[in-house]
Amino acid sequence: MPKDTGIGASTKRREDIRFLTGKGVYTDDLSLFGQAHAVMVRSTVAHGRIVSIDTSEAAGMPGVLAVFTGEDFKEVGGNPAGWFIKSRNGEPMREPKRPVLAHGKVRHVGDAYACVVAETYAQAKDAAQVLADAAVIEELPAIIDMKAAAADASNRVHDEIPDNICFDWGWIEDNRAAVDAAMKAAPHVVTLELTNNRLVPNAMEPRASIGEYFPGTGDYKLTTTSQNPHLTRLLICAFVMGIPENKLQVVAPDVGGGFGSKIYHYGEEAVVLAAARKLGRPVRWTAERTESFLSDAHGRDHVTKIELGCTKEGDILAIRTETLANVGAYLSNFSTATPTFLHGTLMAGPYKVPHVYVNVKTIFTNTAPVDAYRGAGRPEATYSIERVIDKMCRELNLDPFEVRRRNLLTPDQFPYTTPVGLVYDTGNYQATLDKAIELGDVAGFEARRAESAKRGKLRGMGLSTWIEACGIAPSHLVGVLGSRVGLYDAATVRVNATGTISVMTGAHSHGQGHETVFPQIVAEKLGIPESSVEIVHGDTAKIPFGMGSYGSRSLAVAGSAMDRAIDKIIAKGKKIAAHMLEAAEGDITFADGKFSVAGTDKAKSFGEIAFSAYVPHNYPLETLEPGLEETAFYDPGNFTYPAGAYICEVEVDPDTGKVDVVSFTAADDFGNVMNPMIVEGQVHGGVGQGIGQALCENTSYDENGQLLTGSFMDYAMPRADDVPFYTVDHSCATPCTHNPLGVKGCGEAGAIGSPPAVVNAVIDALHRGGITHVTHIDMPVSPNRVWQAING
Amino acid sequence: MTKVTMTVNGTPVSAEAEGRTLLVNFLREGLGLTGTHVGCDTSQCGACVVHVDGKAVKSCTVFAMDVAGSDVRTIEGMANADGSLGVVQQAFQDHHGLQCGFCTPGMVMSSAALLAENPRPTESEIRHYLEGNICRCTGYHNIVKAVLAASGQDAGAMAAE
Ligand code: FES
Ligand code: FES
Repeated sequence: MPKDTGIGASTKRREDIRFLTGKGVYTDDLSLFGQAHAVMVRSTVAHGRIVSIDTSEAAGMPGVLAVFTGEDFKEVGGNPAGWFIKSRNGEPMREPKRPVLAHGKVRHVGDAYACVVAETYAQAKDAAQVLADAAVIEELPAIIDMKAAAADASNRVHDEIPDNICFDWGWIEDNRAAVDAAMKAAPHVVTLELTNNRLVPNAMEPRASIGEYFPGTGDYKLTTTSQNPHLTRLLICAFVMGIPENKLQVVAPDVGGGFGSKIYHYGEEAVVLAAARKLGRPVRWTAERTESFLSDAHGRDHVTKIELGCTKEGDILAIRTETLANVGAYLSNFSTATPTFLHGTLMAGPYKVPHVYVNVKTIFTNTAPVDAYRGAGRPEATYSIERVIDKMCRELNLDPFEVRRRNLLTPDQFPYTTPVGLVYDTGNYQATLDKAIELGDVAGFEARRAESAKRGKLRGMGLSTWIEACGIAPSHLVGVLGSRVGLYDAATVRVNATGTISVMTGAHSHGQGHETVFPQIVAEKLGIPESSVEIVHGDTAKIPFGMGSYGSRSLAVAGSAMDRAIDKIIAKGKKIAAHMLEAAEGDITFADGKFSVAGTDKAKSFGEIAFSAYVPHNYPLETLEPGLEETAFYDPGNFTYPAGAYICEVEVDPDTGKVDVVSFTAADDFGNVMNPMIVEGQVHGGVGQGIGQALCENTSYDENGQLLTGSFMDYAMPRADDVPFYTVDHSCATPCTHNPLGVKGCGEAGAIGSPPAVVNAVIDALHRGGITHVTHIDMPVSPNRVWQAING
Repeated sequence: MTKVTMTVNGTPVSAEAEGRTLLVNFLREGLGLTGTHVGCDTSQCGACVVHVDGKAVKSCTVFAMDVAGSDVRTIEGMANADGSLGVVQQAFQDHHGLQCGFCTPGMVMSSAALLAENPRPTESEIRHYLEGNICRCTGYHNIVKAVLAASGQDAGAMAAE
């Protein structure tokens, strides 16, 4: 019987009520007394030298209150990269300054070099156009193609970086010779060159920020579309503007999706704060969708050559990759971690492959910065591995299911140390594979294929068995690997005098449903109704600290902090109960919301204990502080390792090249599941994005660096009729061994595991249809590309 | 600036608007009805869908002045008289048809318009009708289920859990 409350129940989301009635409060919904409007002036060329910016005419236009250019911020700090990487030769990565507003040069179309603030949005917009017309920017040749960028040292995105290379990273460099030797000795080597297409995250809520300054106290407030208000505050205070942290409050209210793009600090946040200070008025800025396309951090954009050495029976002996990863014009905050430690460390997949070596060169280009987007590095790793295995199966005429079975780690092998530096704690990859085979009705495929063929369609089936490392992240480990921050999280559990509870969590919900799920856990542990628990998040003034939500970390890290804080509450409650019940503390047990003396019927309810903590008339004041509020910081002992098996079926129309995903089955192991409805929703969303990447989404710059896909007219977002109903399952659970809830994280899984399943299915359909010359098609597998491949 | 008058969610309202003021800005800034969202600048996303005289309209594509005198309904007007969720809203909650909630007002308004036209749509009719509404969070699965359920059909039987 499914539970109807507490851990494991599909509790309906309480936050839905406000979203469904139009009462959500997103940043742009706020209207503040005296507010002024900011509009950014953005470069229309990909690469150019700023010769002069004459602001006088714009400044004199009706309603204009202030004009800012890069000159105004040249003394403040740059927006830093959060992760330090060393090249193979030991040299540090190149870190050009990322200014608040472009100064000296503009480096991508959309690079903001000025800002106009006016009484109304329309006035600011009009003046921004006049300012743009008055700016003299000498256009330079655009650096777009990664290979050309690295080859031509004379044309530079950053004048001080001669070859446009940020770093050349080897993982693990010491293993390189052994991997080369294993590859050489392998009876068969499969080689595949592929592109992991550049994507625009496109959270439906565009970025927006409102700056406020309070002259009486010197305090600042930033309301912004962020997945992690504390991190944003840290970046602004410690690196960019030098405001003391205790003088800046950052609030991320309702946030309309993030998918990574709202992790980062962006220059507009600093501009609205500076403008608010200068004008003594709130200053607001909201991106138009076009600005989002031009200036949000993009995702993926890897070009990879992967080689796989194997036996003729399909045992994988070695994997070696060379990747060029685009970082765009500037280093966004996680951009150096994404192609390295979120990618290279996953390159063994869920397999017992003894030798793996990964080489990644990151390249500066005149394009928008590229950073973590749902999955971040792990989709790139998974796609490379799962595609090359599929190619191996075709070259050696092996069954893809059997090959996975041969190579998957077995449950007796955990904990398992991979050749790329991770220790997988637990899993059962055979179980998820079997589950996917069952739910995807692999046995019935042939009949379905025959039926499709009658309608002139080529049907194919694609498999992917994937793993990720998430629950980001153990600080000691990421510190060794170059992270400049810790990745623990925090929670305060405040029991109010009347027994209701406020939980201040460092996680931030922007669609994940924390306001519903976290109370389920608190309620279960304390034996109280879910409705007595309220989650407080997204405000640096209200919560102790927090690193925010990304990397499928909310429950595994922030949830664990909350769990620890609850344990402290229970421990203190036992002390209070011992006093009130005149028993030894060791004899007090806590269950079902009651503190009892073991073996007796003497008990105090949770509410009575809470009341006593705040009205301490009968209370051990000599030894115990009054009040019932506890804070815990939790630093995970390891990453968590969700894994699963995905099966996709497609129909290809051989006349048009159009691909339809006709069924999709996902069998995942997320460890313990707190709210199945929400977990399934997360998988649906991730799979939808993965199908989008595989079939339709692509970010295209022309050779001059103009973004050809800068609106929803040109950038093909998946729509309701591009996807089928999905079959998802999470019953094959092996609980995480090192966090108290046994959870692994589910937010990114769908986007990680699905693209190779889709592409493998397309290739399978063509092969079954007799079109055997096609061994690979790059994503997005659009009708045009498929038709070209068939007829090529 | 001209005073523009219309009926919104059953109440006659008026506010100042310029000739270039879009209906969505009139609603959000003029009337403070911020449930209607702006997700794009090319009339593609559907976050701004409202009903004008019973028809689903992208409120970012019409000028406020052009719908003066019309009967406009927004997400704020979709609940039942007693404040409880309307049928479509309730189905979205029951079937987890929303995550971040940003596309949701437009999705609910479009879905309600579909059901007014076609009370028992098939799965593919729903998917086709909602083509003009982009959701980045849900992969559409639970949205389609919610619309099936709102039309009284057994969504559970039609879509795997
Ligand atoms: S805001 Fe109207 S369609 Fe996007
Ligand atoms: S629920 Fe977030 S965009 Fe649809």
